[in-house]
Amino acid sequence: MDIFMIILLVLLIVCAISVTFSKNLLNSVIIFMSYSLIMSVIWMLLESPDLAITEAAVGAGVTSILFFVTLKKIQGIIKNPENEKKEEEVSDEKSE
Amino acid sequence: MKNQNETNSFRGWYTGEHDLILSNLSTQKVTEDHVKPEPSDKDIFDESEKALRGVYDTTSNRRLKSYNLLYQISAVLFCIGLAFALVYTVSYLPSVGDKDTPANSSVVSERYIEKGLEETGATNIVSGMILTYRAFDTFGETNVLFISTICVMILLMLDERILHSRSGKEEEYESKMEFINDPILQTVAKVLCPIIFLFGIYVVLNGQLSPGGGFSGGAILGAGMILYVNAFGIKKTQRFFNESIYKVAKITALTLYGIIGSYFYIMGANGLNNHIPLGTPGSILSGGIILPIDIAVGIEVACTMYAFYALFKRGGL
Repeated sequence: MDIFMIILLVLLIVCAISVTFSKNLLNSVIIFMSYSLIMSVIWMLLESPDLAITEAAVGAGVTSILFFVTLKKIQGIIKNPENEKKEEEVSDEKSE
Repeated sequence: MKNQNETNSFRGWYTGEHDLILSNLSTQKVTEDHVKPEPSDKDIFDESEKALRGVYDTTSNRRLKSYNLLYQISAVLFCIGLAFALVYTVSYLPSVGDKDTPANSSVVSERYIEKGLEETGATNIVSGMILTYRAFDTFGETNVLFISTICVMILLMLDERILHSRSGKEEEYESKMEFINDPILQTVAKVLCPIIFLFGIYVVLNGQLSPGGGFSGGAILGAGMILYVNAFGIKKTQRFFNESIYKVAKITALTLYGIIGSYFYIMGANGLNNHIPLGTPGSILSGGIILPIDIAVGIEVACTMYAFYALFKRGGL
């Protein structure tokens, strides 16, 4: 049980750090979602199932959906950054 | 003479020719000849780029360079200091499951554990605690949800005329942007939605017996409704949940909670006989005021979740 808990905590820290370092906003929302999921398992292991249910529904579900909708509204979802760059280069060459 | 002048200035202010404060300078309406041609977006962008380059000239401006370096170093130092303070505070926290912590040794928690079942009739101690002993706190939380949706409505709700004028194009727009007729999503939603709704209702109604309660069950219900809207579109959702139902449900839930809570408090504080039966612990109709409050909180949270999504997405319910 202890080893499982340590693995979960390490994963939690890795998720928390990679959220900040991810360049793509969509990726960071998805990583944040997995952070909430790991957190809900940890709540379960800490014997508070009430919090685990709420964390899974609100943290992993509703919050990230709201983030997705907001990203779509501000057009923050970039499908593939590398392709985008190539397209920009092509258009630059054309304009020159 | 003076009086006439004042009335003139008032009339002038009213029609927009005079300014009351700067009454000597008559503000004339701008005729169309004076209007400059609006600069295009590209011009504005170029100009701001130029200005930025002038201000943040990091290559030749030495003071700016040293300031940037100082800024970065102090930011890193501040973060390290903050992290150190937080970690240092954690070392003061009692270890998990320690016998002598205030949570385990105080009179209040002892009372909750020993007399909780007898006084609230709930086998789930957490529900019994937050909805009877601390019902007032939970009422505040429910009010926070209510007020937060009102704020989101003020910020994001579109005028009804705009919504209606768009409604003709809406189907086209939705089918283009939202994959409204996606067969995979619809089939999955057909299977999952009833199960999610049932589970949410189960969690709400079983709050006094098993883990869960109003907040978790309401969140599950709201998530299920969001899935339904995504799969089948807004028109099918409006058959069972539209703005008038939303208003009625939300206000009724909050008022119900307020009435039950204040009844419970007035009776309890004056030592009067409480007319809400506690029931036998373990059966579904037990727990006194917990079950109706759970239902009210569940409706409130489900409405909040769905309203947030709908307002973010299309600016109306």
